[in-house]
Amino acid sequence: MIESRVEDRPRRYDIEDVERAEQRARWSWRAIFAVVWIGLVLGLGIGLALTGRIDPGFIAEVGPFILEGTPITLLVCVVSISLAIILATLGALGRLSNNPVLNAIASFYVSLIRGTPLIVQILFWYLALPQFGIVLDALPAGIGALAFNYGAYMTEIFRAGVEAVPPGQREAARALGMTEAQVMRRIVFPQALRIVTPAIGNEFIAMIKDSALVYILGVREVLWRADVTGTRFFRSTETLLIAAVVYWVLTIALSFAQERLERRLRRGER
Amino acid sequence: MTAVTPPDAPQLGEAVVRVTGLEKYFGRNHVLRGIDLEVRQREAVMIIGRSGSGKTTLLRCINFLEEPTSGSVDVDGLRVDADPLHARSRRHREQIRQIRLRTGMLFQDFNLFPHMTALGNCIEAPMRVRRIPRAEAVERADYFLEVVGLADKRNEYPARLSGGQKQRVAIARALAMEPKVLLFDEPTSALDPELIGEVLVVMEDLAHSGTTMIVVTHEMHFANEAADRVVFMEEGEIVEQGPPEQILDSPREERTQRFLRRFLKT
Repeated sequence: MIESRVEDRPRRYDIEDVERAEQRARWSWRAIFAVVWIGLVLGLGIGLALTGRIDPGFIAEVGPFILEGTPITLLVCVVSISLAIILATLGALGRLSNNPVLNAIASFYVSLIRGTPLIVQILFWYLALPQFGIVLDALPAGIGALAFNYGAYMTEIFRAGVEAVPPGQREAARALGMTEAQVMRRIVFPQALRIVTPAIGNEFIAMIKDSALVYILGVREVLWRADVTGTRFFRSTETLLIAAVVYWVLTIALSFAQERLERRLRRGER
Repeated sequence: MTAVTPPDAPQLGEAVVRVTGLEKYFGRNHVLRGIDLEVRQREAVMIIGRSGSGKTTLLRCINFLEEPTSGSVDVDGLRVDADPLHARSRRHREQIRQIRLRTGMLFQDFNLFPHMTALGNCIEAPMRVRRIPRAEAVERADYFLEVVGLADKRNEYPARLSGGQKQRVAIARALAMEPKVLLFDEPTSALDPELIGEVLVVMEDLAHSGTTMIVVTHEMHFANEAADRVVFMEEGEIVEQGPPEQILDSPREERTQRFLRRFLKT
């Protein structure tokens, strides 16, 4: 005979206890994550200080001068990315066009830009264009080069975004009697925009770092200031560290903003 | 649209849709082989047939979502000839747009605009295409959302609606353009079984109240209830057509009999 005994039954847990335990596990995971992160940052700083080769006094001295480059770095980024978005919109329209002339022009633009190094393009805008009578200051030359470069990459992003809108959307809009322009403006673009928003955020973050390249033209942004002070006083370690931290903090801040934006978009209708 | 004919006794009017000699190739694949079809005002025509028989293509050729290879489509007196070589010409495209203004289409997967509310979906085309003032468009959209039983969902985004509700909003969206004929392309095929009924009820009401419609469907019971005429297609041809009781219960053609036998078995 088999007797069913009470102690053989699986134990029943209170649902609230389970919830609390799961919550605790989540929080302790986050706490450990944060502690390790902060530990690594502190460890890096202390490690560098312990080498005895870092001069804190010098950092305090040149820090403000380098930090003053931040607004210029941000200016370069914001203007470049804005122009790049306009260029990418035009480029994507070209790449999506049935017109072979427009499509070829857009395709040529993307190929030329993506096939050559960004640093070559930056130097070209500043050093080569004057031979054709186009003389630009360092700042507009740098912004122009970055904008055209990012415009080409974002052309492909925008194109992919438009193509990612399900074809049924276009068909439904056409079946309602919309013109092709209305289909694009009212139905396809708003959905494509939502699809490419995360990618645009990534491009913005990448732009923060690539904008450092315009230091070579003498634009007085963060890296230029770090380089000038570093070579002048033969203390490039300190100045480059400061510059690195500035870029790092900027990208972290942007990543946070991007995450929040994406969460808001996701919370929307989709 | 809201005709005052007694239920179940729609008096058929003039021909609204006249398809003549319609041929469609996809590459070398001959999908429609000379279709002639006339649909009269207030008539509900159901097209049945196995998948690949060309019924969906026929429907999509009527509003030129597919450009037919040859033949012509006439909707409410506007005749457009297939013109695959000049499909992109401005004149041809404008004619197609005029055809689309006279037809409303429902899709298997609804294709509601996800970035607009139910109401937004229903006022978009009336405002942008028909240039109806917003207040009036909203009033009409609310009326048609009421017709499909979703007045309370007017401010919901499609993502928050069930499949059946989405298809009903899509019906309201099509009705809001006041088309001469509604084209349904397997409107319940993407739905969970328990949601099919609510869509079919709406469609049946529309059929009985005299809405002209052409429906591609696999729902035989529904066809039997709501159709004035059933059309059986196979291999790009219309094999047989007639009143539902004739086609579904005592078909004359052997191919129709074979299809129905196999269909009813599964």
